[in-house]
Amino acid sequence: MAEQEVILFGMCISPFSRRIELALKIKGIQYQYIEEDLSNKSPLLLKYNPVHKKVPVLVHNGKPIAESLVILEYIDETWQNNPILPKDPYSRAIARFWAKFVEEKILPTALKTIAAEGKEQEQIIEQVYQKLNFLENELNGKDFFGGGSIGYLDIVVFFIARAFQVNQEVTQVELISKEKLPAICKWIEKLLKIDVVNECIPPREKHIAFIRAHLEAAKSSSN
Amino acid sequence: MANAEVVLLDFWPSPFGMRVRIALAEKGIKYEYKEEDLQNKSALLLQMNPVHKKIPVLIHNGKPVAESLIAVQYIDEAWKDKAPLLPSDPYLRAQAKFWADFVDKKIYALGRKIWATKGEEQEAAKKEFIESLKLMEGKLGEKPYFGGESFGYVDVVLVPFYSWFYAYEVFGNFSIEAECPKLIQWAKRCSEKESVLKSLPDHKKVHGFVLELKKRLGIE
Repeated sequence: MAEQEVILFGMCISPFSRRIELALKIKGIQYQYIEEDLSNKSPLLLKYNPVHKKVPVLVHNGKPIAESLVILEYIDETWQNNPILPKDPYSRAIARFWAKFVEEKILPTALKTIAAEGKEQEQIIEQVYQKLNFLENELNGKDFFGGGSIGYLDIVVFFIARAFQVNQEVTQVELISKEKLPAICKWIEKLLKIDVVNECIPPREKHIAFIRAHLEAAKSSSN
Repeated sequence: MANAEVVLLDFWPSPFGMRVRIALAEKGIKYEYKEEDLQNKSALLLQMNPVHKKIPVLIHNGKPVAESLIAVQYIDEAWKDKAPLLPSDPYLRAQAKFWADFVDKKIYALGRKIWATKGEEQEAAKKEFIESLKLMEGKLGEKPYFGGESFGYVDVVLVPFYSWFYAYEVFGNFSIEAECPKLIQWAKRCSEKESVLKSLPDHKKVHGFVLELKKRLGIE
């Protein structure tokens, strides 16, 4: 393919941003990465994503695409090597269904554990488990959600799962327990053994520092 | 249940259900429509959508697809040789998916606040609702449809809400046409299409439904 300009506006801790980096790496796409300070967004970011003003934004030959799930599908359609989504319409629908479930149900519920305490927090943790259990069953003996190799749903879920685990180191809130979600734990371990996935994980110390800083901010704003 | 190849579990006032009806009609797909009583959900619905227990659910050869945007994309991909809803160019497809996502994030939730709340909360919802519609109007520009010359995915995703505009206007005490005349023109243009005509309920019926819903929920 002729010389193409691919730019990714991201934030190194953002799981949404990391999804795109993994997809680009899987496809072997060269790209320029621009790290955004979300407390001081660049004029370029605001120009490329005026509607939501968020990362990630992929800019391909000057044309911007926003929303990580939309970007993933764009990447898959534009660079057709190492496909991420399955070919069959029904399998695609299932993958999209679970991706939406992660975004709209699992993640928002998990975020509620931050501000909650005691009994209330326990109940929310249980709710997250019930939702993650659907994904546990969806793995159903497969190596990856995508089957024999990493696919769209693996990319979508992994960085969220990783964030839950790192969050546990800081807050002791366990959202992914080995006893209750063994398939998901095994799946995470398999992914961590893949070079290209490892390259995309936020640096652990930075990730922990980020979580700590946000916890402090959340606590002081609620005081 | 008869051996129907395509079944749609739906609820007549649901804009999400309307999307799937329109997509099926655009493709000329024969299907069995099953009206659900959401106060008394059928065993079939609970079996086909155990995760959310919601409509619409498209069932194709016994296999369920839930979530309206996912169902519409599935229909477009499974019946790809007729009336394509998404464009073939990846960038235009991405734009269409972005705006469909925008409609889902904004229009329904804001619309609900317009009929379900009062005072400041309602005013804030009305303001943001109009802003969102104006953004979409800008995106439409001078084109007849969001899909360009032909009716497409974003048109399918947004037009069902047109059947709810009258209810929003009555409960919100404002005129959507006054604020977004071009969008109303677009909606009327869409309504001339048979697929849309067949799929959208009468807006006075929708208003009546919302009145009853408010009573049932104890909202003044």
